[in-house]
Amino acid sequence: MTPSTGFKVFRVVGLLVFAAYFFVPLLAMFDFSTQRRGSAEGRTWDNWAFMVTDEDLRSSIVASLLLALFTVVLMVALLVPTMVWVRLRVPRARGLIESLCLLPLTIPALVIVVGITNVYSWVTYLLGDSALVLTFAYVVLVLPYSYRAIDAALSAIDAATLSEAARSLGAGWFTVIARIIMPNITSGILGAAFIAVALVLGEYVFASLLHFDTLPVAMAALYKSNGPAAMAAALASMILVAVLLVGLTFLSRDRHKQGASS
Amino acid sequence: MTDLRTERGLAVELSDLTRVYGQVRALDGLTLDIEPGELVALLGPSGCGKTTALRILAGLDTATSGRVSVGGKDLTRVPASKRDMGMVFQAYSLFPHMTVADNVAFGLKMRGRDGAARRARAGDMLDLVGLAEHADRYAHQLSGGQQQRVALARALAIEPSVLLLDEPLSALDAKVRVQLRDEIRRVQIEVGTTTLFVTHDQEEALAVADRVGVMNAGRLEQVAPPAELYSAPASQFVGEFVGLSNRLPAQVTGDTAAVLGRDVPVLPGSTTGAGRALVRPEAVSVVADPDGPATVATVMFLGPLSRVTCRLSDGTDVVAQLASTEALRLRPGDSVRLEVAPEPVLVIA
Repeated sequence: MTPSTGFKVFRVVGLLVFAAYFFVPLLAMFDFSTQRRGSAEGRTWDNWAFMVTDEDLRSSIVASLLLALFTVVLMVALLVPTMVWVRLRVPRARGLIESLCLLPLTIPALVIVVGITNVYSWVTYLLGDSALVLTFAYVVLVLPYSYRAIDAALSAIDAATLSEAARSLGAGWFTVIARIIMPNITSGILGAAFIAVALVLGEYVFASLLHFDTLPVAMAALYKSNGPAAMAAALASMILVAVLLVGLTFLSRDRHKQGASS
Repeated sequence: MTDLRTERGLAVELSDLTRVYGQVRALDGLTLDIEPGELVALLGPSGCGKTTALRILAGLDTATSGRVSVGGKDLTRVPASKRDMGMVFQAYSLFPHMTVADNVAFGLKMRGRDGAARRARAGDMLDLVGLAEHADRYAHQLSGGQQQRVALARALAIEPSVLLLDEPLSALDAKVRVQLRDEIRRVQIEVGTTTLFVTHDQEEALAVADRVGVMNAGRLEQVAPPAELYSAPASQFVGEFVGLSNRLPAQVTGDTAAVLGRDVPVLPGSTTGAGRALVRPEAVSVVADPDGPATVATVMFLGPLSRVTCRLSDGTDVVAQLASTEALRLRPGDSVRLEVAPEPVLVIA
């Protein structure tokens, strides 16, 4: 047996071990979510159908998906222009902005929730008690991760020269950001969006302590009464995140082929 | 192809421009007039303020004081996007997510021109720079020289009142640089746009410009046609920065100076009494003479020309530039006599 063959075998075995490490729990979840209740034989999709048929669970799924969407939109709308502006016009403020964006990472979620509870009593008073008001808190929550993803993408392009070239050709600042900078940091924005979606779909502390019914809160409650259905919902949300990740990978690759990321 | 000449070459006036960054005066009272259709090169060492001047003219930087005027119109407070100037940058600046044709048409889109007009103009501009067949490519599929040619086409597509070139050749290799330099000049003459070309490469500046401005420490030392700048430098800095110069002992008396035993006229601005004359290598001739006061130190072959370094008895090195056929007859250690051509020289203290 040559060393290179040995290395190949080691590589394959390693891959199989890691695949088993990740996929066995998922298969177990799938197995559990499709078992019939009690001692009945065979498989059932009833627990998966429960996500659609149960109104509370369905509304919590819709709320979480909308929360993810609104969080991404607000995060991109706030963060991208701010980061581009700071990079181009006030580079001295970059350290300050970075510190502010990374701050939520250093403060435990519980502390933030306690801190914003009073603020949220005003928010719900003014905007209603829909779970969607969590968008504001979630934007803060995803800031550190989103900042890193967008900052890396901005560092990969010569934003200053591109914006100056566009301005010299007659573009205003809005056009510079929307038509020149954003298309060239798409991979960073998509990465930030993906992280935001993953965080929002899995966030429990904020929603639970502020008494909003989101998917994780509903799953936790459901787990006490219907474990397999909760398992199906958990697996479904993981599959959604995985599909987003794969989609992001292919989208980034396509854009790279077009030259957008070059 | 449509007529590419813009007829829009406008006079540019930079009046007493000053730019201060903290404790640093990047520009110190720069005044420069550029005639319509003229190509002026700003030449100087790094940090002399030439790029700052260009950026202030483009509207990408703001002068601390002074005035920018184009075609008699005061543009000092007008933003870059409203100045109607085309610019080619030192760094590659094509928009990576757009094709070459879309890059060239971008400025026209910003001006609200319809799709057909944009495509036609972009095609004409790409023809002008010889890249029509690359219209559908992306920036990363082009070489550096091609990218800069597209950037030139993009800058000219908007029929700018002024074309600004910020060291557009410095990222290119030597051969491409010379080709593109000549192409820039050809295109500029063809379209007739008033142009400001910033460079630290004196050969580039002397080759393409109608006039060259030499800058030092934020100030314009001299603006003159290349030949005049070379043969009649107005200051020690210009004399030493542009081309090679020998610093030979000289004695100024009236309008002449005695240099290597010969009286030559002196340029305005020269010192009086004893000093050092700035003498170009091509103004020095070397004559083989067994009794000569100098010896040949080195002979450097440069193709059709050679550079011969001779040492005077006081240790001063004198560089002469000779035809290679003449220079290769000399050997290190030969005794020679040096003669200076009777051309005006600048004598410095």
